[in-house]
Amino acid sequence: MTIQEKQEKIIEEFSFLEDWMDKYEYLIELGKKLSPLREEAKTEENLIAGCQSRVWLDARIEDGKLIFNAESDALITKGIVSLLVSVFSGHTPAEILAADMGFIEQVGLKEHLSPTRANGLLAMIRQIQLYATVANTQKAE
Amino acid sequence: MNISHIREQFPALAREVYGKPLVYLDNGATAQKPIQVLDVLNEMQGGLNGNVHRAVHYLSVQCTERYNKARESIRDFIHAASENEIIFTSGTTASLNLLAYSFGQTYIKPGDRIVVTETEHHSNIVPWQMVCRRAGALLEVWEVDEAGALDPKKLETMLDKPGPVPKILALPHISNVLGLVNPLQEIIQVAHYYGVPVAVDGAQGIVHKKVDVQELDADFYAFSGHKLYGPTGTGVLYGKEKYLEEMVPWQGGGDMISSVSFKKGTTYAGLPLKFEAGTANFIGMVGLGAAVEFMQSLDRDMLEAYEGEITTKAMKELGNIAGCRVYGQPGTYYGQNYEKTPLFSMSVEGAHPSDMALLLDRMGIAVRSGMLCAEPLLERYGQTAVLRASFGLYNTMEELDFFIESLKKALKMLR
Repeated sequence: MTIQEKQEKIIEEFSFLEDWMDKYEYLIELGKKLSPLREEAKTEENLIAGCQSRVWLDARIEDGKLIFNAESDALITKGIVSLLVSVFSGHTPAEILAADMGFIEQVGLKEHLSPTRANGLLAMIRQIQLYATVANTQKAE
Repeated sequence: MNISHIREQFPALAREVYGKPLVYLDNGATAQKPIQVLDVLNEMQGGLNGNVHRAVHYLSVQCTERYNKARESIRDFIHAASENEIIFTSGTTASLNLLAYSFGQTYIKPGDRIVVTETEHHSNIVPWQMVCRRAGALLEVWEVDEAGALDPKKLETMLDKPGPVPKILALPHISNVLGLVNPLQEIIQVAHYYGVPVAVDGAQGIVHKKVDVQELDADFYAFSGHKLYGPTGTGVLYGKEKYLEEMVPWQGGGDMISSVSFKKGTTYAGLPLKFEAGTANFIGMVGLGAAVEFMQSLDRDMLEAYEGEITTKAMKELGNIAGCRVYGQPGTYYGQNYEKTPLFSMSVEGAHPSDMALLLDRMGIAVRSGMLCAEPLLERYGQTAVLRASFGLYNTMEELDFFIESLKKALKMLR
């Protein structure tokens, strides 16, 4: 699936969730299902600290594609982390950099990614984009 | 106690969030304002606005009179000896920065020691760290125990060290995480016995306890207006006149001078203006005057008793939730009574504070989650975040019940 297709699938899934409690329940479920990050990957370097919650993001390149693994100590944050990982992991840096982030707003999660939330999610997206930018530059060299 | 009569005076409490009645339990962060305060702000912003201490025209004179009256009301509220001891600031943080800078520049020399407790809000840590960096002084920490109490023996060990005593002890009246009332009077007596002045962060204390700075014998007492049902951007630094007289000003500008000259140099105004550079937030301060007058119009003893009932019930209910730990347990420690105020920071096994806060928010309940600007204290208890429900004088027993019920619902979803 392309990034675009994955995003559309998420938008569709969220469209069935009527109110906020349903959305949160769904995110909690996703959070609980997300396979935990290896303890060795929970390093200071991979930690994105926020006042509200913490996110760890681990990245590696396989066959020119970026593979992301991530986790958070908070469950709802972890659910959103799970969405972001599923959307971006397994794609080339160029695909990631070209991706439209509008789906976040369409599923009503925009407020969770505002800088004031300090939950590490906005920083996580920036970090994903940074990994992609660096990988893209290295490839060009 | 007729809480509904008090509630009616706070328009914000009647609002809804997400179509549900607002249950506002984040009073430790900021409190809602009564109509008496809102009316004053509206009246002055809308038609009684003239800069204070500046002009002979009607509006300026009216505003100056009200401004001076606010200072008198606030002096009376904390029973300071003189209005010279009431410095207007923008909040507790500004008060503590002013104090740390001016006290530091005046009294702190290389190698001096400053003592703060482990229970401090960042606002009562960082300004002192900055003083230490500037002056080459050392910051020492009075550790808190598991229950949230401060062992006076540990303080005495620090004060009893060979060489000069610390230049100042800074501590909170009530920690914004623990909600316990520190035995201030006794601690101040110990510090004074060794000749150490005491600075109190009263941001939470002033809200829940009647404060008499002379009875406490506090040398400095800082607090904010916005947590005390007054306007945002207002605050007070109380200081004993003998220190304030000697201390150098913090900021320079208008209002804080006596005479400015390129040739003869500049001389400063007397107290309290020496520490109030620039156009004051005079409308805000008149609003804070109205807030303390509102507080004084209430039966504070009855309010404290009511807050006590809320606290007892909340501690019992939270104690019944499996895996729930409330930080700051009331009790008698080191021969002193540590009373709990209705401010409950907690962690619950298997549920992250930010998740609980997000779910409660959607049920209409405003609570706080995170580090509460007290990272060292959270670290002491092995936490990176906690959930805090803090009650104000207008919160009801029904709201407490709803909070507990909603918390249980949230936990069911998370665990």
